[in-house]
Amino acid sequence: MKVSYFPGCTLRTKAKDLDFYARKCAEILGVELCEIKDWQCCGGVFVSAKDEVASKLSSVRALAAARDEEQPLVTVCSACHNVIKQTNSAMQNDPDFAAKANLYMSQDSNASAPYNGETEVYHYLELLRDVVGFDKIKEAVKNPLTGKKIAAYYGCMLLRPGKVMNFDDPENPTIIEDFIRALGAEPVVYPERNECCGAYVVLEDADSAKKKSSKVADSAANHGAEMIVTACPLCKYNLEKNTSVVPVVYFTELLAIALGVKEDTDAE
Amino acid sequence: MQRIGVFVCHCGTNIAGTIDVKAVAEALKNEPGVVFSTDYQYMCSQAGQDIIKNAIAEHKLTGIVVCSCSPRMHENTFRKTAAAAGLNSYMVEIANIREQCSWVHKEMPVGTEKAIILGKAAVAKVNLNAPLTPGESPVTKRALVIGGGIAGIQTALDIADAGFPVDIVETKPTIGGKMAQLDKTFPTLDCAACILTPKMVEVAQHENIRIFSYSEVSEIKGFVGNFDVTIKRRARYVKEDLCTGCGACTEKCPQKKVPNEFNLGMDNRRAIYIPFAQAVPKVATIDADYCTMLKTGKCGVCSKVCTAGAIDYQAKDEFVEEKYGAIVAATGFNPISMDKFDEYAYSQSKDVITSLEFERLTNAAGPTAGKLLRPSDGEHPHTIVFVQCVGSRCAACAEKGKEYCSKICCMYTAKHAMLTRDKYPDTDVYVFYIDVRTPGKAFDEFYRRAVEEYGVHYIKGMVGKVSPEGNKLKVQASDLIAGKQLHIDADLVVLAAAIEPDKSARPLATMLTASMDTNDFFTEAHPKLRPVESPTAGVFLSGTCQGPKDIPETVSQAGAAASKVIGLLAKDKLTGNPCVAHSDENMCNGCSTCGNVCPYGAITYEDKEFRMPDRTTKMRRIAVVNEAVCQGCGCCTVACMSGAMDLKGFMNKQIMAEVDAICK
Repeated sequence: MKVSYFPGCTLRTKAKDLDFYARKCAEILGVELCEIKDWQCCGGVFVSAKDEVASKLSSVRALAAARDEEQPLVTVCSACHNVIKQTNSAMQNDPDFAAKANLYMSQDSNASAPYNGETEVYHYLELLRDVVGFDKIKEAVKNPLTGKKIAAYYGCMLLRPGKVMNFDDPENPTIIEDFIRALGAEPVVYPERNECCGAYVVLEDADSAKKKSSKVADSAANHGAEMIVTACPLCKYNLEKNTSVVPVVYFTELLAIALGVKEDTDAE
Repeated sequence: MQRIGVFVCHCGTNIAGTIDVKAVAEALKNEPGVVFSTDYQYMCSQAGQDIIKNAIAEHKLTGIVVCSCSPRMHENTFRKTAAAAGLNSYMVEIANIREQCSWVHKEMPVGTEKAIILGKAAVAKVNLNAPLTPGESPVTKRALVIGGGIAGIQTALDIADAGFPVDIVETKPTIGGKMAQLDKTFPTLDCAACILTPKMVEVAQHENIRIFSYSEVSEIKGFVGNFDVTIKRRARYVKEDLCTGCGACTEKCPQKKVPNEFNLGMDNRRAIYIPFAQAVPKVATIDADYCTMLKTGKCGVCSKVCTAGAIDYQAKDEFVEEKYGAIVAATGFNPISMDKFDEYAYSQSKDVITSLEFERLTNAAGPTAGKLLRPSDGEHPHTIVFVQCVGSRCAACAEKGKEYCSKICCMYTAKHAMLTRDKYPDTDVYVFYIDVRTPGKAFDEFYRRAVEEYGVHYIKGMVGKVSPEGNKLKVQASDLIAGKQLHIDADLVVLAAAIEPDKSARPLATMLTASMDTNDFFTEAHPKLRPVESPTAGVFLSGTCQGPKDIPETVSQAGAAASKVIGLLAKDKLTGNPCVAHSDENMCNGCSTCGNVCPYGAITYEDKEFRMPDRTTKMRRIAVVNEAVCQGCGCCTVACMSGAMDLKGFMNKQIMAEVDAICK
């Protein structure tokens, strides 16, 4: 199947692995990721400026582009996913916001029809769970990660606000654990897996961020994890910068190892 | 032509504040048939009623219209007034100019105009009213109480003491309900079993009470005074009349791994069991889901050890049919599921428990013989955190919690905290709350004692997260008064789960055609003035099936419901409602449409001989309404395609006259 794909800025710089393996694995799993033409930053850096329409326009453009292709939109970075999904919800449910956004959009040189939230947005993990199916992935695994104890780290962006993201139960998510199981490894459930890594205060109060990151990594380690797996470049950066008890990898990289992609081709 | 009197009520300023009542009286004077029109401050008062009575006599009125509050409020009052003055009660019409007019409009001209229109409609209807005479029906002098908790027990005892036979239907193998699971009761701290079990024994021994335990109501037909009820007695595979309750079978049964629901799954029971020592009736029950004999046909140990020969593996569900005059719903409550409250880690740690589980942990007959021990490792907990309002007062989380206050949690949490500090002075006890609500006799004093004498740490604020780390529960919470985040390493976390009506209440309400609110609590006929009656005649409400209540309130309500039942059963005959459906047999073609829509099963069909114009006779199928069963809902009159069906007091032509008057 063909889907529209929105990689996001970080995946071109800090988080090349997240993107690279996402593409490689999609090929094996029979999903064609069609990168949106001329995509722009999702606007994630402005995420807390709630009433600002302009900062969300790039998200609306991506959503409209996917709609024009009649494809669902797939994201992989947690922050992009959060911004795009929240923007999509606003386009569906907030007529005032939608009207303003569409007015801006009509000024674009290659403006398409007004967008009203028609596109379905999947996170790559949701694509694996709901479209490909974890049982299919289990069949496709070449190098099962048997015996590996892996802790899923959700952070906050994938889960909250729960009613908008509709990703999993924010208090007791299971999707990454199910993913880990599909790859043959053993998920480690620990209480801090849905807590914030501290990324949002890292510039203002580095000590607080360190404390939050340490709490997450220590909790995972105490529960016997050999590795933490995440979908978020910000989480990975913070955990790696502030802690060293457990290695942190992207879920796409883990998938690539299990599918036997990673040995053949390495990230640039 | 009718001679109609119109009486416009001020209701103080309730009506007169937004409606020009004099203008209304004046305008209605000119309506066809109206010979007298006046207004008065309170029509429902004795003086107001006298005005009506005098006018009936003086002006020889044949019908009256009272422009006042909703007919639900005072229609009956004015019907009695009319009857006292010699007028047929059903010649009275109410124009609701309060709830449907003055209370919803702010502008005097708008309100007045609408009140006049409503008055005109009522006058148009009275012009077509005919005197009606209600029929009578007998009363079966037996009551049914559904639910055998403290509410059902108290209601049954009070009715039985008044001399009427009562049956209790209880789904569990024993009566006793939630109160039997409690340890101590607030605010006096007397032991729940010590005050409950004598009542249970009294029920068992009362000559007027029968207990159908391990049973459920499967069908209810009929109406007030004459309910036909089918009770399903589930097979317990033990003959109740032979079992002596010796308990030998429950000790020898080899199937030992059945979660014990009485201790909320914190220990195990056998497949054949007696829920607890003081169970009533004290007879064993075989759990068919776990019994090896019933599942595979190989075992039979209980049958071998039973000296009374009470075991019967061939037993089948039995159905008992009985007639009742009144039915009391006493179906009780349950704590809500904690499955969706994962922030408190209930599913992740055995040491996060609900308050009802805490009751069992501190009860001498519970899984730890009354010693407060952590479920995970059996160690004595030193730091205990109580979290109140888990799922209560939770408008933002309506999909998993409840919007209402569960009412009992503040008090039982104070009780738990106090008893813990009393028995184990080495413990640190924290209670997190939104508000502490203790209105009740000696309740606030009780809570103050927990804080001041027992040193319980009450902290205003909610717990955000409970994280099991090692053998500790890391509790993160906010202290709203200090404005700080708190981190407590707890050994035990106790959640005051919201309470909700028992799941059996909704299907029961459907069978009873009794109304419920959005939370599945039974609705009372009037929230203040008729709090123990359902709007459905002959159905009464006892205990928490009507709303959250503590034990003293439940017992009071149970007694009140009993007194209402006694009042009903003491009558030999009931006056019916004459506003019932009636089929014009000359127009009816027996199509069965009305019978299919009737919710009460009041319509039957028969073949009747008709004389034809050519002097021959012909058999034709026609509908017949049982006036005692008909509730006057009017479904059939709408469904009838030939226009044969009509509702007395609400004839089609009367309704059309009202519509015409409004649209004129």
